Amino acid sequence: MEFLEAIMHYEFLQKALLTSIMVGIICGVIGCFIILRGMALMGDAISHAVLPGVAISYMLGINFFFGAVFSGVLTAIAIGFVSQNSRIKHDTSIGIMFTAAFAAGIIVITMLKSSTDLYHILFGNVLAVRSSDMWITLGTGVVVLMAVYLFYKELLVTSFDETMGAAYGLPVRLIHYFLMTLLTMVTVASLQTVGIVLVVAMLITPAATAYLLTDRLSIMIFISAGLGVVSAVVGLYFSFTYNLASGATIVMAATALFILTFLFSPKHGLLWKMIKTRKKRASLI
Amino acid sequence: MTQTAISIEDLHVSYFGNEAIRHVSLNVEPGNLVGIIGPNGAGKSTLLKAMLGLIPRDKGQVKILDKPVKEVRKQIAYVPQRNDIDWDFPITVLDAVLLGTYPRLKRFRRPGKKERQWALECLARVGMDAFSKRQIGELSGGQQQRVFLARALAQQADVFFLDEPFVGVDASSEETIVKILKELGEQGKTVVVVHHDLSKANEYFNQLILLNKELIGFGTVGDVLQSKVIERAYQGQFAFMNGMGV
Repeated sequence: MEFLEAIMHYEFLQKALLTSIMVGIICGVIGCFIILRGMALMGDAISHAVLPGVAISYMLGINFFFGAVFSGVLTAIAIGFVSQNSRIKHDTSIGIMFTAAFAAGIIVITMLKSSTDLYHILFGNVLAVRSSDMWITLGTGVVVLMAVYLFYKELLVTSFDETMGAAYGLPVRLIHYFLMTLLTMVTVASLQTVGIVLVVAMLITPAATAYLLTDRLSIMIFISAGLGVVSAVVGLYFSFTYNLASGATIVMAATALFILTFLFSPKHGLLWKMIKTRKKRASLI
Repeated sequence: MTQTAISIEDLHVSYFGNEAIRHVSLNVEPGNLVGIIGPNGAGKSTLLKAMLGLIPRDKGQVKILDKPVKEVRKQIAYVPQRNDIDWDFPITVLDAVLLGTYPRLKRFRRPGKKERQWALECLARVGMDAFSKRQIGELSGGQQQRVFLARALAQQADVFFLDEPFVGVDASSEETIVKILKELGEQGKTVVVVHHDLSKANEYFNQLILLNKELIGFGTVGDVLQSKVIERAYQGQFAFMNGMGV
C-alpha cells in the first residue's frame, strides 16, 4: 500500500516503474529467441561486451547507446569469426571475446576515475533513472518490439530450422547479427534497471519459465514478457521498500517465479511428472 | 525444349582444404527419384548441401531447372535429417507445416486461413491431420518425418531434397513416405534422397548416385547396383552384400 502511495507521489518512482516494465517486456520477448537458439551464454557475453562501448561513449561525450551497440555487435562478430575459422569451439570463443571486451571496458572506466558510474552500470540503480534514460528505454523498446513483430516469420524459421531458411533464400547470417543487434539494444536499455552483470537473468529466466508453460512460441513470448513485467514490478517494490539494489531484487523475483514453475507447471513441472510416474508404476503392481 | 532438373558440372567442394567431393558431373531429368548412396564420409550430405547452394564450391557449377540455385530457391524444398531438429521447440505440428508456406508469402505477411487450409491438406496427405495440434516432440520418429514431408509438400516445390528420411522411421511411415515420393515423381517433380544403405534402394529409386568422394556410378538403379561398381565405392566395406543379390 505504502508502495502504491509512493508511486502516486514521487516522479522518480514513476519513471523507475515505467522503465522497469519496459525492460521486463523487451527482455522477455528477445529472451525467448535467445534460449530457443541455445544462445544463453551468448546473451551473457553480449551484455558484458557493451561495457567498453559505454565507457568510451562517456569519454567522448556522445550518447552511450551508439558506443554500446557498436562494441556489442563487434564482439558478436569476433566470436563468430574465431569459432568458424579455427578448431576453437563456440563457447570457448565466447569466453575469450567477452572477457576481453569486459576487461577493456573496466580499464577505460578506471582511467575515467568514475567508480560510482561503474557500480551503477554493473549493477543497475533503477531508482536513479533520469528522464533521458527512461526515453531511451521506451524508444528502444518500441523499436525492438516492432522489429520482432515485423520479422517474426524469419526469426521463427531461423530459430527452428536454420537450414530450411537458408535453403529457401533467407539471409541467415544477417538475421543472426540482426538478432545480436536487438540483443545489444535490449542490454543497453536495461543498463539502468538491472545492470550489465544481471541482464542475462532477465533475458533467460522469464523466457525459460515461459518455455515450461507452453508449447507454442507465440504464446511463450507473451507469457515471458508478462513474467518479465511481474518480476520487474515486484523487484522494484523490494528495492524501494528495503533499499536494496534493484537489479538483484528483480532477478530474485524472476528466479522465484522460475522455481515455482519448475515445480508446479501443469505439463512440464517436476511435481506433475513425479505424480504421473508414480501412477504408472502403481498401475503395474 | 525440356528442362534439366539438376545439372552439376565438375563440382569440387572442400572444408578448409580437406577435400569432400571432387569431379562430380551429372544431369538429372525431371520426374526422377534419385538416391544418393555411398559409404560413411563419402560426401553424400556435402553433395546435397552443394546442390542446395548452402556451402561454397571450390570449382564447378550447379544448376537447378536450368538456372543458378539462387534464382530458383522458391521451387526447392528441403527436408533435414531428423537429428538436426530441436524436437522440444515450442511449435505445433500445424505450425511446423505452415513454415512451408512462408517462402511464397510476401514480406511482413502472416499465414492466413488459406495457408492454414493448405497446410491441413498437406498433413492429410501424409496421414497426420489428426495430430495437427500436438507439439512436434510428442510424435514418433516416423510421424515426425511425415510432418516434415508435409512441410515440403506445402512449399509446392518442383525439386525436393531429403537427407536420410528413413532413419529411425517405422515401416508404415516409410511406406507412406515412399508412396508420396513416387507420386511426386509421377507429377514430373524431381526428388533427391540421401540414403544410408543399399537395402531397398532398388525399390525406392529409379536412379542412383553412387558416391565416394568422387562419382563412382550414376544412372538407372540396375546399372549402378552392379556389384563391380558397388565394390569400388565401398572397397570391401560391404562384402556381405555379395550374397544378397544386388
